[in-house]
Amino acid sequence: MAILADEDTKIIVQGITGREAVTFTKDMIDYGSKVVAGVTPGKGGQTVHGVPVFDTVYQAVKEHKAEASVISVPPAMIKAAALEALSNGIRLLVIVAERVPRKDTIEILEVARERKAVVIGPNTLGMINPHTVKIGMAGGPVENVKRSYMPGPVAIASRSGGMTTEIANLLTTHGIGQSTCISIGGDPVVGSNFLDLIPLFDQDPGTNAIVLFCEPGGVIEERLSELVLSEQIKTPIVAFVAGRFVDNMPGIRFGHAATIVEGETGTTAGKIEEFRKAGIQVADGLDDIIHILKKVL
Amino acid sequence: MRLLEYESKEILAAHGIPIPAGAVVSSPEHSSLSIPLVMKAQIPIGGRQKAGGVVDALDQSDAESKLRQMLGSTVRGFRVNKVLVEEKLDIAQEFYLGVTSDTVAKEPIAIFSAEGGVDIEELALREPEKVQRSHFSVIRGLPEYKAREMISLTGITGRTLLGLSNILSLLAAIFLEQDATIAEINPLAQTKDGKRVALDCHLEIDDDALYRHPDSAEKEKDPSRIGGRRTASDFEKKAAEIDSLDQKGVAGRLIEFDGNLGLIIGGGGASLTAFDAVQRHGGRPANYCEIGGNPSVLKTKELTKHILSKPGVEKIAVIMNVVSNTRVDLMARGVIKGILEAGRNPSETLAVFRIPGAWEEEGFKILSRYGVDYCDRSVSIDEAARKGVEKVRKG
Repeated sequence: MAILADEDTKIIVQGITGREAVTFTKDMIDYGSKVVAGVTPGKGGQTVHGVPVFDTVYQAVKEHKAEASVISVPPAMIKAAALEALSNGIRLLVIVAERVPRKDTIEILEVARERKAVVIGPNTLGMINPHTVKIGMAGGPVENVKRSYMPGPVAIASRSGGMTTEIANLLTTHGIGQSTCISIGGDPVVGSNFLDLIPLFDQDPGTNAIVLFCEPGGVIEERLSELVLSEQIKTPIVAFVAGRFVDNMPGIRFGHAATIVEGETGTTAGKIEEFRKAGIQVADGLDDIIHILKKVL
Repeated sequence: MRLLEYESKEILAAHGIPIPAGAVVSSPEHSSLSIPLVMKAQIPIGGRQKAGGVVDALDQSDAESKLRQMLGSTVRGFRVNKVLVEEKLDIAQEFYLGVTSDTVAKEPIAIFSAEGGVDIEELALREPEKVQRSHFSVIRGLPEYKAREMISLTGITGRTLLGLSNILSLLAAIFLEQDATIAEINPLAQTKDGKRVALDCHLEIDDDALYRHPDSAEKEKDPSRIGGRRTASDFEKKAAEIDSLDQKGVAGRLIEFDGNLGLIIGGGGASLTAFDAVQRHGGRPANYCEIGGNPSVLKTKELTKHILSKPGVEKIAVIMNVVSNTRVDLMARGVIKGILEAGRNPSETLAVFRIPGAWEEEGFKILSRYGVDYCDRSVSIDEAARKGVEKVRKG
């Protein structure tokens, strides 16, 4: 079991004829994901790795009953592509692009809420339910994904795309499999953050523990602690908070857009303190994730 | 990007929000305004008042000498090139009006406080009824009736209520139109003769939306905005130059530290993780950096050389997360070339090389040729950092 998607989820790729999309479409197909169509306005009638390309999402949905979409178009075109997908009933959007204007993200999410659709990203590598489905770029080519990920009871949600695969690999190395692994996206506002995903993981019979990769900046970890206390999340959570050294150097901007530390808010020390209060177990080193998981599983 | 106060106020005025009469001056000769005056340093950072960046002038000669003092001075790390000289108003009451995006609720939020110019977070705790918040639709904006609902909850009535609601609704419209991440008027003053005037304004524009705001994008190029608490060291500047040698991937974003172990680490999250791990195992990093997106051999080579050129750097640790986009063989080639060109021995200089993933067999082949120990995916980032630190300790 896992969340959001399975081997039967019918996926389209918007912007499928782009260089990056051509590559990850192949990786998704190789992994067994059902990529039923692609959409690039003006390029309808072509094929990419045997996948038919349409001009509109409407056609792709009509012909192939698509349910999910990976959106890989330039940042300025993301809003239009996402709204097109939503208005055609797509229920799961994975928005790969980085540098999407925040207002556009918020508008997409406002419409997605009305239509009860789930959005992952922007600035995400996507998600993987090991040996079942991969939506987006996470993990890269199939042989790499197969070595890093294996099915099992632990869900992963990560603010870093690369660390999603890294943590899955760490777990796999120690014989611990994963249910659903999600790169939530590096932007300050993302469609599915820890607060959205943890209740879903908690409801999933296939998930017995959750690993979070957190970074400095923002307040999502602090709010998660409140949620865990008030909603009584039963599934054990193990959190790793990277960038502890950043606390000693306020005002420095790191690569990830969200990693901007100003004064006392969003520090790793503050997040760790709140986690501990809420009973979320904090792994001091990355390897400690394994030690904690072995106790809770 | 944060706009300067006077730039923000120009936007307010263009939308019909009253601002004090004033002028921006960049030389002390100017100041034909009526006395009394207030003079405000135009720098892209808050906390000016406490740092001496906002002063009153009582007469003409006082104004001139204070202006002379302020221009060219440094306030909170920024050189003052422009001063906003404004009429000083007779103030009866001050309010706070703000709009930002709530990153948790994923919606814009308007904030109003019946007391301005204070730390509103403290006020919100002490007297919560005085600080009101309301989410609003990014598509429909903040209608005036909704602003009235909020503001009336603080006990404000009559013409003041109508005037404030109108301004808050306009501020929300500016926030959306300008692609702002923050739009604040603090304080908004009500003068003794019943006018409402924005005394200060703080607008920040989303860097990712600058492409559709050519006016703001132009302002960003102004070199006087660069500054602040920390300026890049020469070592960091050189690394930035290396990163711009070509457009392939990222091999830069370097921050200098005072240690003996050079770090070539990536991507974003893994860089934070690896740096922490090195410190936790007792290592002393010479730098932080972020590698990603498959950088060219040239960039990796130059960055390696550059880090090794820093006095006191004994060894280099190369640690990345399992990669799918970045090629291990290209990274290995770049690092080895850099070490050789720096005149050092790869097997002694490389404390650890841990990049598993795409093209790793080819990468590992290159490393073995030079007698370098490498780590595959069975060695964690944590363990790799420990190995690297140990190697430095052993010399």
